[in-house]
This record gives sequence, structure tokens and C-alpha cells, in this order.
Amino acid sequence: MANLHSTFAGIQSPNPFWLASAPPTDKAYNVNRAFEAGWGGVVWKTLGEAGPPIVNVSGPRYGALLTPDRRLMGFNNIELITDRDLELNLREIAEVKRLWPDRAMVVSLMVPCEENSWKAILPRVEDTGADGIELNFGCPHGMSERGMGAAVGQVPDYIQMVTQWCKHYSKLPVIVKLTPNITDIRHPARAAKAGGADAVSLINTINSIMGVDPYSLTMSPSTGGRGSHGGYCGPAVKPIALNMVAEIARDPQTAGIPISGIGGIGTWRDAVDYLALGAGNVQVCTAAMVYGFKIVQEMADGLSNYMDDMGFTAVSDIVGKAIPTVSDWRYLNLNHISKAVINQDSCIQCGRCHIACEDTSHQAITATKDGKRHFEVKNDECVGCNLCVTVCPVADCITLRDLAPGELDERTGKPVLATHGDWTSHPNNPMRSAA
Amino acid sequence: MQADALTPGVHAGRLPAAQYAQNFCDAHPPLNLAQAKIEADRCYYCFDAPCQTACPTGIDVPSFIRRIADDNPRGAARTILESNPLGGMCARVCPTEVLCEQACVRNTHEDKPVEIGLLQRYATDHLMARPGAPLFTRAAATGRRVAVVGAGPAGLACAHGLARLGHGVVLMDVQPKLGGLNEYGLATYKTTDGFAQKEVAWLLSIGGIEVRYGVALGRELQLDALTQEFDAVFLGLGLTGVNHIGIAEPSASGLRNAVDFIAELRQANNPASVPVGRRVVVIGGGMTAVDAAVQSKKLGAQSVTIVYRRGAQEMGASHHEQAWALENGVHIHHWASPTRLLTEGDRIHGVEFGGMQLADGKLQATGEHFVLEADLVLKAIGQTLVVQPLGSALELKGGRILTDAEGQTSHPKVWAGGDCRFGGRDLTVEAVEHGKVAAHSIHNAISA
Repeated sequence: MANLHSTFAGIQSPNPFWLASAPPTDKAYNVNRAFEAGWGGVVWKTLGEAGPPIVNVSGPRYGALLTPDRRLMGFNNIELITDRDLELNLREIAEVKRLWPDRAMVVSLMVPCEENSWKAILPRVEDTGADGIELNFGCPHGMSERGMGAAVGQVPDYIQMVTQWCKHYSKLPVIVKLTPNITDIRHPARAAKAGGADAVSLINTINSIMGVDPYSLTMSPSTGGRGSHGGYCGPAVKPIALNMVAEIARDPQTAGIPISGIGGIGTWRDAVDYLALGAGNVQVCTAAMVYGFKIVQEMADGLSNYMDDMGFTAVSDIVGKAIPTVSDWRYLNLNHISKAVINQDSCIQCGRCHIACEDTSHQAITATKDGKRHFEVKNDECVGCNLCVTVCPVADCITLRDLAPGELDERTGKPVLATHGDWTSHPNNPMRSAA
Repeated sequence: MQADALTPGVHAGRLPAAQYAQNFCDAHPPLNLAQAKIEADRCYYCFDAPCQTACPTGIDVPSFIRRIADDNPRGAARTILESNPLGGMCARVCPTEVLCEQACVRNTHEDKPVEIGLLQRYATDHLMARPGAPLFTRAAATGRRVAVVGAGPAGLACAHGLARLGHGVVLMDVQPKLGGLNEYGLATYKTTDGFAQKEVAWLLSIGGIEVRYGVALGRELQLDALTQEFDAVFLGLGLTGVNHIGIAEPSASGLRNAVDFIAELRQANNPASVPVGRRVVVIGGGMTAVDAAVQSKKLGAQSVTIVYRRGAQEMGASHHEQAWALENGVHIHHWASPTRLLTEGDRIHGVEFGGMQLADGKLQATGEHFVLEADLVLKAIGQTLVVQPLGSALELKGGRILTDAEGQTSHPKVWAGGDCRFGGRDLTVEAVEHGKVAAHSIHNAISA
């Protein structure tokens, strides 16, 4: 059993699975249950400043993208930050931390973009015994209309300024949570680093509308006939989040900053994706909201078995391992040639590879051979695009084979070159560098 | 005295009243919305789908299943009924395990096909429950008139197809109700709640079809008169003759044609009123034998045995049907042929069978004999076309009407389809295809 212990931005936890700041971490009752189930840490649901708490709608706060079997693929919410009194939250945070000293207790914060507001709340949080703070610069709905959340996260100067205040008024590690509702994630990450952030976490949720009820032609979900865009998360957002994590991890200006990966994590494989692309730990919300807190046990067990299989002895062994494999397109080897191969023994004859290729790609898969239904790759047409692999219902039935140097590419009629050749030096590139 | 399973002789009401409702409810209950959507999600939407190729009527299965998944059951029903106007009945009675579901690529993948038959039923039931605006409308009236003799699956499909094309149809049947075997022939638990008549009503709702009940070819109807009066004639006569079992049949009570037994049960308002033996022997190996045997069991017979002269592989009933019989407590005795019917007074009390075997590829008696006690013996060794009413007008083959691929007979104004046509597999869905194709062939011929 591999040791899953995690150290993230100086914060210790028995495993790298934290619950993200969200409804599951809104009060002691939930968080105690989460720790009983085995979560390594939590980011307490975002606190606002003292005074009358915010008010949530008492209509649908969630919407979902479901498969026909009602498996949740995407999830959207319009819940705001905690709607409980600040004092009550602080008291409970202190209690829970005392009960669970080995777990990570990070407190998410969102107060107006004014120095005094941050100056007022930071010592209060520190007094709870919490291990760190996370600055919620991400929520795209509701709070952003009041100049907080994503409204801050979309302005790198504000990120840097608030981060500096936090570092100035608190000695706790500062994690800056980034919004994905921005064109280039590297800019807010650089601003966080410039402000002295100890870590960044991402992604927060994505602006989204789930759909329209076709029979009332009303946005869905709606509260009494009116809806508001919400934050999108769950399995569907993982690829977007992974790219943003990798962008930050491989940006020379931010490389090395601890990243807490968030977005669609529900299995140990999801966690490995994030860790390998540079995340130091992961945060989960949707999977817990769908399946309950016990899901962490399946993720932790899977990760542990995976690490044993791979010979990894610490989570940090995985972190960043895949970053060198992420490249700008222009450096991809244009001399590399792959061809799809259909394993006739496992082919079930559905023909999806054929019609996908025939209608939408390269007409490189047969439908018949000698008058019989038969699906086979035409090597003289195949560009190795992977579409057939993707649409095949049978795992590993269609695979891509890398042609060896010297082997004939039947499509071009030329042998495969052993040398690397990318766009930067390609003869068709008017901006090419001299070879 | 109230009869029960052990009461000797042939009696109605062997079971408690509540048991009948349970025994004769839907054998394969319909899918609910959740089940339909989950099952529909299993369809891979194959290219040039093997299930569609396997369907005798060529239903675009991936398309209708996708429409179910897309919350478009009406569109699904249109896809089905466009190819097979009796898609509702076929969803209930098709041997899908040897047709579409046998071809499903999921068999290769996980040994479990998509439940195409049940999904088809889901879509067609949805339409029957909420017909809405007509799915199909008639083309402008052509002024042509076609006689359709026999309102079974072939005749109904042909009549509907011709009516859609704008022709005037006179649909004639010997029975007081339309539907043919759909109404009189199938096991009750295959088509409950009067579905056959609901489907007939939907088919006729297209308009342009005049119905004449209680008329038979060779009796009120003569083929030469029909060919003179109408622009074309379609014969969907079915097989109304019953094969003899090849041994002396004493005139004793307790000996019946299985098709009559099945028809009586279908027409009975309450199965409790249908008499059945304590010990039932069914002679034959086809679907009719299975339907008769299982229903005998469901009526409360103590023991029911199907006796077939060859092995399980040769039985006309599909593997699935055989399993259904066994599951319902029917015994199947292979390799035996009746040699003598045993009577006691004017009642049957048993059947003597002789063992059979294959020798040099030929079926031969083994010389051994055994007796099965029986107070009801049902004959189910196949039906034949009654050819006398056809006179010499049509060329026959194998005792059935010879046609070309589109159903046209040797008479240029006469088409035929369904079981009376030579060369088929005697499936409902095939009869529908015959009727459908013949309608287009007739249309082409009479529109010229």
C-alpha cells in the first residue's frame, strides 16, 4: 500500500484528496463526515465578511448534463458563498480542526476588493487554527456581479494586489483560486505569483447555461421562470482544467508554483491526470455531491494500487511527470507517421469507424471486402487521425501503429524519416527558421 | 364440483379465478420510460446496421432507437411503421432472437443484444396510446380498385399500402374480425388487451379501405369475378387446412386441432371458460405446438407434453420458444411419432407413440413403443393451403401459390403473400413484407 501522504504549499494531509470549497464543506456536520470517510483535507466553503450573510435562492441551485442512464457528465450551480453567519463558521472551523489535527483545513475567502476588508478577516481565520487560506477569485455567478469572485480573477492586477494584502496581513499559506473564464490562464497565474501566492488552485467553475425547457421555452433550471448563468464543473470540464494546469506548470514564469488541481475528478485516473500535469494535489466537489463522501476511498485505493504497480513511493513521484510531453503544436514531429489498425478478431462489425471516416474524415476505412461486410484501414488514405479509435465501441480494437523509420508511408509514397521535422523549419512555413 | 389440476377429463376453470389473470398477462411486459432510455442508449447506431438487414421489413432500427433516446417516440414509431405498418404486432411476436437481435453487434461484444423488440414495442405502444395527427395520409384518389382477400398480416399490410398510394381497397375476410392469425392465432399472452384490433383500427384509419366480413373465396367470392371487377387482386389467404397426423383418427372427444384451441382461447372473454385436459399431449414441433402447450399449462393442465418426431434442432419453434415452453413446465419429448390414438368409450385417453431415429439421413421407426396418457390431444403438425377455391387459375408450388419476388402470381392481375405464398418462413413479419411489396408492385402495374 503506497503512502499517499501529501505536502502541498507546506500544508500536510494524509492523502492528496481535498474537498473543494463548495456546498459539501459549508458546515461542521458535513466536514466531520467527510473526514470520517477519509478525505485528506477540505477547503471550507467561502466565507464573506462579517455582517448580514448573503442570501441564496430557494429554488433550483443545480443543473446537470446527464447521459441517458442519468450518469452526471456536467454540473452547474448558482449557489453563492456561505449563507451562514461568519462567527458560526469560524467557530466550527476551529472545532473541526481541533478534532482532526492531521487533516488539512483551508479556508476559502471572498470579501470586497478593499484592503480593510481583507485586513479584518485574515486574523480571524488565523485564530481558528486553519492551515491555510484560499482566495476565491473564481466564482462566476452572483458574487461577480458585486465585484468579487471572477470579477477579481479576470483582472490580473487585482489578483496581485489582493494576494499581496493577504501575504502582508496573514502568515498562513495563500492559495489563489483561479477562474477559467479568461482567455489565457497564464496571466492571472503570473499575477498570483507576483503577489507572493504560495500556490494556485484551478479551475473554478465555467460560465454556463444548462439548457432550455423545450416546452416552456424557459431557461433551465429556472427560479420561477427566470434563470441565471451558473458555474459549470464535473467530468465534462476536466480537459479544460487539465490544459490550464499544464499551461501554468510549463510556463517559465510560473513553473514550480504548487498547483491544486480542480475540475471533474471522480476517479484515481482523473487524479493521476492532474498530478502528472503538474498538480501537487487535487480538489473534488462534484463526485462527492453525486456519490457522497465515501467515493474518496475508491479514489485513494485506486491511486495507491496504481502507485504500487508503477513503483511510486510518494505522490510527489507522479507530480509533473507528463509535463515534458506537453508541447506547443509547432514542435510536434511532422515526420512521425501513425496508421490505424483494426483488430479483426475483436471487431464487432458495427461500422462506426467506417462511417465516421467516410463521412467526416479521410475515406480511409473500407465497408466491404469481396462483397462482405468488412472494415479495414486503407493505408494509402489513413492520416492516423485517431477518429476511428475514438468512435470504436470496443476498447483496443482499433489502435494506432507508429511506422518505423524507413517504412513506406503508402499515403505519400515516401519512406518515414528518422529525423525530427516540425513546423518551425517546415518548407511550407513562410516564417520558418533556417534549417 | 369445481375442477382443479387433478380433475380427470377436459374441464374449464381448473384454477382459482385470480390465477388466470396472472397466467395470461403480458409474457414480456413493456419497457417503461427509464428502461427504454437506458436500453436505447445501448444501441451503437451502426453503419448499414446488421439488425436492419436482418429485419424482413427492413426497419431502420438504429434510427428508431435513436429517436427513443432523443425523447422522440412519435418519430421512432414513424420510422418503424414506414417500413412495417404492423410494427406493433411484430414487436410482440417476431422471433427477434433469430432476426434483428441475432444480428445485433452487441452479441459479439457482450453476448447480450439490444432489446430491439421491446424498444419497437415501446415506440409503437406510445403512438397507439397517443395517435395524434395521422402519421400517414392517402395520396390523391387514383380511381383504381383493388380486392384484398384475407385480412391477416399480409392483407392488412397490402391494403394499408395501397390505400396510402390512393387506391380504393376492398378488404374481405371470412371471419367476423380482421387480423387473421394476429386475432385468431397467437398465444393470448403475446398480445394482450385487444392489441390486434387496436392495430387493425389504426391501419384502417388511413381511409379508403372498405371492409367485407364473413366472405370466403370459393363461397361468396370467385377469383375470376374478382379479377374482372377489380383492377387487381391480392390474396392473403393464410393456411386454413390442418395436416392430418397420419394415423386413424377416431371420432372421439379430446382430439382437437391446436389452431382451434388457440383461437377459442383468443376469442374467450375469460380464459377460465376454456376447457383443458388434466393430461395434454401436443403433437408437433412448431410455434403453434408451443403456443398450444404453454397455454394448456397456463389453463391449469397438470401435465403437458409436446411430442415431436425429430430432435430439438429440427423443431420449427425457435430455441427461445422451446426454452419458454420448458420454463413454463411443458415437457418436450423428441424422436417419437404417434402410432395409435387410444380411446375409452367416446373419449381419448392416451396416445401410443413409436420411437424414431435417423438412419442414413432418413427418419425411421425404431420399433419401440410407449404410451402417454392424455385426455386432450392437440394436433399441431402444420397447416396447408386449401387450394380448391383457386381453381386452376394460379400456378402452385409445394402446395402454395407461386409468385415472383414482388408477389405477382402467374395471373397478371393477381398477387399473393403471407403463408399462402410459396417460399417463405411463415413469419408474421415476412407476411407484412409480402403485403407491403405487393402493394407497390400492384401500384406500378395498375398505374401504368
